[in-house]
Amino acid sequence: MKVKNLTVCLGLMLFASPAAHASLNIFACEPEWAALAQEIGGNEVKVTSATQAMQDPHYIEARPSLIAGVRKADLVVCTGAQLEIGWLPALLNKANNPAVMPGKNGFFEASAYVQRLDVPKSVDRAQGDVHPQGNPHIQVNPHNIALVAKALAPRMALLDPEQAARYTSSLQDFLQRWDAAMKDWDTRAQPLRGKRAVAYHKSWAYLNAWLGLVELATLEPVPGVPPTATHLSDILAQLEASGGADFIIYAPYQSPKPGQWLADRTKIPLVMLPMTVGASERSGNLFDLFNDILNQLLGVK
Amino acid sequence: MKSTLRWAVLAAVFSAVQVQVAFALDTPASGGEDIQVLRQEIEQMRSEYENRIADLERRLDQAERSAEQSSKQSAEQAQAQPAQAAPIPDEAPYVAEEPQVVYDVPASGGGSAARDNSFNPAIGVTLQGQAWSYGNDPDAYRIPGFPLGGEAGLAPEGLSLAETEISMSANVDDKFTAMVTFPIVFEDGGTSVELEEAWVETLALPAGLALRMGRYFADIGYLNTKHSHAWDFADQPLVYQAFLGGQYIDDGLQLRWLAPTDFYLEFGGEILRGDRYPAGGAGNSGIGSSTLNVKTGGDVGISNSWQVGLSWLQAKSDERASGYEYQPVLFTGDTDIYIADLVWKWAQNGNSRERNFKFQAEYMWRNEDGHYTLLPDFEAPYDENAQGWYAQAIFQPFPRWRVGVRYDSLSGGTSDPDFVGTPLYYLGADPKRYSVMVDWSNSEFSRLRFQYEHDMSGDMDDDQFALQYIFSIGAHGAHNF
Repeated sequence: MKVKNLTVCLGLMLFASPAAHASLNIFACEPEWAALAQEIGGNEVKVTSATQAMQDPHYIEARPSLIAGVRKADLVVCTGAQLEIGWLPALLNKANNPAVMPGKNGFFEASAYVQRLDVPKSVDRAQGDVHPQGNPHIQVNPHNIALVAKALAPRMALLDPEQAARYTSSLQDFLQRWDAAMKDWDTRAQPLRGKRAVAYHKSWAYLNAWLGLVELATLEPVPGVPPTATHLSDILAQLEASGGADFIIYAPYQSPKPGQWLADRTKIPLVMLPMTVGASERSGNLFDLFNDILNQLLGVK
Repeated sequence: MKSTLRWAVLAAVFSAVQVQVAFALDTPASGGEDIQVLRQEIEQMRSEYENRIADLERRLDQAERSAEQSSKQSAEQAQAQPAQAAPIPDEAPYVAEEPQVVYDVPASGGGSAARDNSFNPAIGVTLQGQAWSYGNDPDAYRIPGFPLGGEAGLAPEGLSLAETEISMSANVDDKFTAMVTFPIVFEDGGTSVELEEAWVETLALPAGLALRMGRYFADIGYLNTKHSHAWDFADQPLVYQAFLGGQYIDDGLQLRWLAPTDFYLEFGGEILRGDRYPAGGAGNSGIGSSTLNVKTGGDVGISNSWQVGLSWLQAKSDERASGYEYQPVLFTGDTDIYIADLVWKWAQNGNSRERNFKFQAEYMWRNEDGHYTLLPDFEAPYDENAQGWYAQAIFQPFPRWRVGVRYDSLSGGTSDPDFVGTPLYYLGADPKRYSVMVDWSNSEFSRLRFQYEHDMSGDMDDDQFALQYIFSIGAHGAHNF
């Protein structure tokens, strides 16, 4: 009896776990691509994300668990544009998985499918942690999500031809819902056009382009170097001279302190904007992510 | 279309050269010098035209690609519903930006040069400098019971450069990748270039296997594979100095297998030449040492991650020198070293940027079985065990700043009266050391460090202070866990 129970339990576990019949094992570098792959793949895929919304994707430890994840992956989905340069190469080197090396079908770089902004004419580390291929934070413009989805679904179909029809129909379904949501967001976001923002890091170039926000300054003196007292004083002086800004924006993984310091002195509202899914229960999926971003921005006058 | 263009241009160039040569030949050319000049001119023209053709081809290529790109885009826009399996954008991942990035070179000249160096390896330079202050004479430093070999020992007193390290790496082709590091060091009043690493590794072996060949840091322990710029203190733990001569680097073959498990589990084995401390003399016909290791690790919640490893190094020695340079002791025999290592890292929510903590400890056990040649005509049998360990903790309370503490301990040596007066003789106290450090990093490419050590490993206790800088320019590879 006991043995039989055990067998039944084991059987149930096997069937209950989506991994048991998932045909595609996807390792996403960031939660937004994990969410997108899940939208397209549904139960046919097993998706893990290397990072979480509370982590800065520039600075991730090449942890043993991530090496194990890449080893078993059929498809690695990352932002690219050197966002993960500090840790992804170490994972790929250690994982001994030729199918997901750059240049192979199993390696997908989302930033290759969108028009990248802030591409520097020349790079110098004195400018800070600049990315030669442009600003990598592409996910905060919903149009980019659609472009990446259109490229990702065929890639999944290529790697898993048996489920190709499923991926294609899921993509169409997703895009229909996404287009409808984008129309709604565009309408709601009208009042934000021309608003002035101060951001912690150059994280919002694509959001600014989408919503027509104007970025006056960043709290970091140069990208990747934490805010300093002198730089904050400079921004304070700049804001006082130019008539202020409408919000100070930071991401969940960035320290609120420098922004708070500035907000206290300028009375400009400090807003924490999610950069990816999962930062809070309000941004649990891709749709909620943009709802939450707009709510946060519209909530402040 | 491209090849047609190429032939047309080539034909044009050819006839132009012919005309030019004919014209040149018409003028009275006397002597070998003129012929030489003509040859040079032809050569120059040829290279000029080749450059121009290359340039034309490049522009044609660009035009084709942007046409392809725009047709792709318009197709995308026109088609609300994408094709069943759209083609993968064949490796040009940055196609959209290329006109700005790649084709911004001057139209004349330079074109082919820009193309040649686009395959240059990633080059990085690490600059390190230091200033040490000792109470005792650093040249007389020794650890009783442990004759120092390899690179072990104290850094020079006062201001000095440590290693200036140049590294280059690139994929060889689709199946191999390669890396070279050569530190430029200043030793004994001279400058020399060393070859620290020069290895090639496979990229495409199946079943989770990877093979490395060349010169590399042997895959034992945790710190042995870390470059000095990645250390958390300005010097190596005592146990690394005493047992591995600082770090064990050798020429060999390394095979690693990563198990297809949900958690991290890696096995590795190496055979090495055995020419460097703790091996020596390339015994066993040039396969003097071998290693085995296993590593595993995982996460605890979202904030913690860990890794443990076990490794074994077996090294043959044939008259391996250690101890004082002017009067070394020579060891012939077998060395076995077992190493257990543990690393634990914490960061709130795994966000190491703001605040993080790292604990690291390694334990080594060693047996040396053979004989020491103590004087040119005096050999003494030696079969002794030794052990040592260190533990260190590094805390980053807020961005840029880190503080660290470390404790070192060793025990070993021999009480055999044959060894009285040699560096192997146990003097009755186990060597140990306490270290603290604080460092500041403006970015991940710069670091300034202050370190204090209370050293009880030498003949006399000592207080040691260090200032150190580490700067890195150019390409900088991702760091392992």
